[in-house]
Parts: sequence; structure tokens; C-alpha cells
Amino acid sequence: MLDDTDRRLLRQYQHAPHLGPADLAGRTGLTPATCARRLDRLRNSGVIRANRAVIDWRALGYEVEVSLRVSLDKTDPRAFDEFIAEARNVPEVIEIQTFLGRVDLRLSVIARDMAHYQQLYRSAILTLPHIADIEALMHVARIKSDEGLPV
Amino acid sequence: MIALDTTDRLILRALGEDATQSASAIGRRLGLSQPAAWRRIRKLHDSGAIAGQRLDLDHEKLGFGVTVFLGVKLATKGRVSLEDFERAVTAIPEVQTVEHILGLYDYRLRVVARDIADFERVLRRRIMTLPGLGNVEANVLLSEERRPGPIG
Repeated sequence: MLDDTDRRLLRQYQHAPHLGPADLAGRTGLTPATCARRLDRLRNSGVIRANRAVIDWRALGYEVEVSLRVSLDKTDPRAFDEFIAEARNVPEVIEIQTFLGRVDLRLSVIARDMAHYQQLYRSAILTLPHIADIEALMHVARIKSDEGLPV
Repeated sequence: MIALDTTDRLILRALGEDATQSASAIGRRLGLSQPAAWRRIRKLHDSGAIAGQRLDLDHEKLGFGVTVFLGVKLATKGRVSLEDFERAVTAIPEVQTVEHILGLYDYRLRVVARDIADFERVLRRRIMTLPGLGNVEANVLLSEERRPGPIG
């Protein structure tokens, strides 16, 4: 179970994931040893799954990001599994989400430019199995992206 | 645009899994000296290829059982209303991401809640009261997978 100190620590750590235990200790009023011990416990219990580098695809030349909302032909019970397995083989697919709602699935696809996106769409996306309908939303900007949890 | 070689890509991938690894640990993994690994990691940061770090938390263990994506259409448009909407929506703690998109909707929001009842509270009290809000479509997230992207 988490106590208030853990929550305080997580709040600070979420906002500044680049900090080490010593700096986090300073911000949370803990001793560095206590802070390191609590972080270890949060990691070992699986509350903190990882601390990941965020890649800026735009800086790497991927100027286009498109959200593809996909409805599947659900008369085939294997539709979800087969679609997802094939989508994993497309390197430009950076996210695969499944939903309960009007949409079955969403893929985030990145491309170098519109010509590259067109080519990917035709050769790698439309060839995925069991697609009943597909709808594209183009990303313009990320307004908020820290993904913090209100712990 | 930044040109990466194979070693840079492998480092990027390794840091995408665990950004707290030291330069010497990365170096050992890829057969580089500690200074060589350190220089490459610094280059990835300085060039903007690495935009920052993010904690990957177990939502369920922290009591957040529900994630909902909302597609939001604004009722009225114009520069002022966009800014008002963005300012207000960004300030909601349960809204994790706000993306401005083109197509069926104007914005896509990622909202976390403890359960469906809690989501209803957030929706009624915080989302439905946003300035300029028009149509809203909700899709409840069932599963999510982040892929390494074209750096393998």
C-alpha cells in the first residue's frame, strides 16, 4: 500500500523523471537513503514499471503523425489477434490501442512526409487483415503530453 | 534532421526501455567504451532526439482503473476560443494528454479515472463545463501497446 510520502515522491518524480534519488530527496524533504529505499520499493512492487526516454520523432525526420481509427470485421473471432499481430510488423506503427466504444482499434503511425505516409498507407496499412472501416486523423500539435497521474 | 547510425539507434532503443542506465552500462551492452557511450548519449540529448523522460507507472496499482479517450469537437471556433479551451483543458489533472488534430474531431484527450463512477464525475464536472465544448465521443481503452518505432 502507498502512503502519503510515496504519493509525494511520485508526484515529484513524475514531474522531474530525470532526477536521481539525492535530488528527489531534497524536493520531498526525505533523507537520500530513505528516498532511495522508497524508490526501490516502488520499482520492486511494480508501481514504477520503467523510466523511459521519450523520443522526438519529429527531430528524427518523421514530420507526419496520423491516428488511424479502425473498425474490424468482427464476424471473424480471430480478427483482433490477427490484425494486431500484423500491425506489430509495421515499424512505423508506434502505438496500438484497443477500445470499447465506436472504434475498435487505434494505430499511431509516423512517416517522414505525406508522400511516405501515402506509400505506407497503401502498402502496409490497407493490407492489414479484417479491416471493415478506417478513418484518419492528422496530428497538428501536442498541447499537453506529460501523462502524469493525479496521485 | 538528425542522422543516426546503427549504434545511435541501439542506444536510443535501450534508453527507451530504461533511461536511468549509466553510460558505462550502455557501453558494456553495446561494446563501447564509457566515454564513447557518454558522448553518443549526450549527442542524442543535445540534438533533441531525446525530448525528455517519462515514468511508466502501473495505473491499476495506483488505483486508476479506467482510461478513456475523448474526441472533442468545439462548438465555436476562432483563435480566442481555441486558446481558452486549451488553457482550461490542460489544467484538469485527470486529463493526461491533449492533442490538436485534424479530421473528425478538433482535440483528442486522454482521461484517467479511478472507475466508471469517477469518470462520470470528471466528465460532468470538468469536461462538460469546458468553454466552447461541442460534440464529445468517448472510447474506453481496453489495451495499449507502445512499439519501439522505426529505430530497430
